[in-house]
Amino acid sequence: MADLLRVENVSVHFPIHKGLLQRQVGEVRAVEGVSLSLRRGEAFGLVGESGCGKTTLARAVLRLVDPTSGAIWFDGTNVSGLHGKALGPYRKKVAAIFQDPFSSLNPRMTSGQILAEVLHVHAYEGDTHNRVAELLSLCGLAPRFADLYPHEMSGGQRQRVGIARALALDPELIVCDEAVSALDVSIQAQIINLLEELRVKFGLTYLFIGHDLSVVRHLCDRLAVMYLGRIMETGTSEEIFSTPRHPYTQALIDAVPAPDPDGEDRREHVALAGEIPSPLDPPAGCVFHTRCPIAFSKCRADVPPLQRLEGQHAASCFAINPNTSTTDHKVREPLSQ
Amino acid sequence: MGDNGSFRLGEGFVQHVPLLDIENLSVSLLQDGDEVPLVRNISFSIARGETLAIVGESGSGKSVSSLAILGLLSKALRIQSGRILFEGQDLRQLDDEALRKMRGRDMSMVFQEPMTSLNPVRSIGSQIIESIEENMGLSRSEARARAIDLLKEVGVADAERRLKQYPHHFSGGMRQRVMIAIALAAEPKLIIADEPTTALDVTIQAQILDLMARICKDHGTALILITHNLGIVARYAQRVNVMYGGRIVETGGARAIYQSPRHPYSEGLLQSVPRLDQDRTVPLKPIQGSPADPFTSISGCRFHPRCPYATDLCRQDVPTFAAGVACHFPLSTDIQATA
Repeated sequence: MADLLRVENVSVHFPIHKGLLQRQVGEVRAVEGVSLSLRRGEAFGLVGESGCGKTTLARAVLRLVDPTSGAIWFDGTNVSGLHGKALGPYRKKVAAIFQDPFSSLNPRMTSGQILAEVLHVHAYEGDTHNRVAELLSLCGLAPRFADLYPHEMSGGQRQRVGIARALALDPELIVCDEAVSALDVSIQAQIINLLEELRVKFGLTYLFIGHDLSVVRHLCDRLAVMYLGRIMETGTSEEIFSTPRHPYTQALIDAVPAPDPDGEDRREHVALAGEIPSPLDPPAGCVFHTRCPIAFSKCRADVPPLQRLEGQHAASCFAINPNTSTTDHKVREPLSQ
Repeated sequence: MGDNGSFRLGEGFVQHVPLLDIENLSVSLLQDGDEVPLVRNISFSIARGETLAIVGESGSGKSVSSLAILGLLSKALRIQSGRILFEGQDLRQLDDEALRKMRGRDMSMVFQEPMTSLNPVRSIGSQIIESIEENMGLSRSEARARAIDLLKEVGVADAERRLKQYPHHFSGGMRQRVMIAIALAAEPKLIIADEPTTALDVTIQAQILDLMARICKDHGTALILITHNLGIVARYAQRVNVMYGGRIVETGGARAIYQSPRHPYSEGLLQSVPRLDQDRTVPLKPIQGSPADPFTSISGCRFHPRCPYATDLCRQDVPTFAAGVACHFPLSTDIQATA
């Protein structure tokens, strides 16, 4: 499969201005040298905790923020330098679904008007009324929902309208930013299944941003784990979840409690100590070293490169020996010298 | 003070009285002269030192019932009936002042969003110290020393310096640690935690819940953990109440409910969640429809519009709560013979 989206060494920095003269006093390095590629028709997950840069990266892909450096290729075109009208064709092919359907839908418009507006802005040539009904039905909503306002619908129904809006212009790529996080458990499963059906039906490609590892694993073929703006580990869902290699990924997976009391009793938990450092002042060397249970001196000095492991698996950690299948939790000082 | 001794039949008996006993509690929202039932005749109890989870989706009544226990319902909400017995004493008979004294000293609460429960213009120290002075009658310097001990206990490093700081100096996880310190200040017998980690990152969530579990164990504190996360329930709770549409639809040991749920809603919830320990290619089995809206009247069992097993009986009659489940046709608990 060909790559639909290729993110090449993208960094997004936000300057911080202070004082009367608004001098730049620093910058937030939200995304730092991230590369990844999405194949046509796959669901790719971005996971990580707050401040890891996953949403900023998604906004860069949506061209809502400008990358500070690096390139974003979509279907053979570099879209990172495009602005204004030149972005028009790209905007038709890329859509977004957001976390909170209540704040991403205009409360003064019915869902029919919300969908018709998208079609109108992009000069849709067919019958708007029919298309609205078709979009609603694709998302499991009866035609009468076209006349309802967001507050008249439940959270799940609103998110279905949000998905219908994303589908309106037959996009190729949909960026789902925490698209199911705000929903009740029973509704979340409905929306996950709907997203999966639509992807298969229309050959859609998803960039799925989430913090719930179980959801991302279920939906995504491949994923990248981010921490403080950098990719810690990437690979297929199977590779990441059956043999996580990076100590951060291992801790992240361990932190997710399974809905199984017996399994939970058998598991040994090692809660990760410490807090996520501020992206304003990220640690030197490996950004994870302040919380890493196996960090040694090299980790505090140098940034570990993303090294290839078997298959599609890659991780950035000095303690990983690419020739073995485990992460050496005993490697300490000797490696660094 | 409402120190009603009539329920205490001697020390030996007190051991058998649950710490908190809720009997037939109903809470309604008063709106335009109408009464909208939010909590419908629920009964449950919690023993000293026990961890009880209350699971449910939006509108299930899980938060309203705990606010009712603490006497923190807003004016629009009213307890229609029922008794809330704390160590045998009915909290509904207490006046506001007596109830206020019990909160903090005997029972306390940890809310979801620590930023909104802390006063942003007062230092962390003054807020913890106030709670200690109020509830334990210590002098200011004793209270300050206790505040420092508490912050250390909940894992706030450099406690003496941090006492002088304000909530905005603290990260989300650290603020929740402060809230736990305040909740613990007077060594209450019961803590009610309403989605205490929902706003936090997963690795921080694990830290906070491990901390609460350890502290409750060390102090013998009972914990009511309100959550929608079935994984958290499995890891931390001994018993579970599953709530739906204002009712407790199933109650039992965590292990029993996870292994063989008896209410179709509990079964549906367990099948809805994606799990790390299951084949990811198998589609999820969601529950159809949306959670019961308290403003919509539903005949019979409130779960029947979403229940795959519903019959005419379910559409007509409200199932009574018996043997830990409120369902006309509870699922079989037969444990399959291992081949």
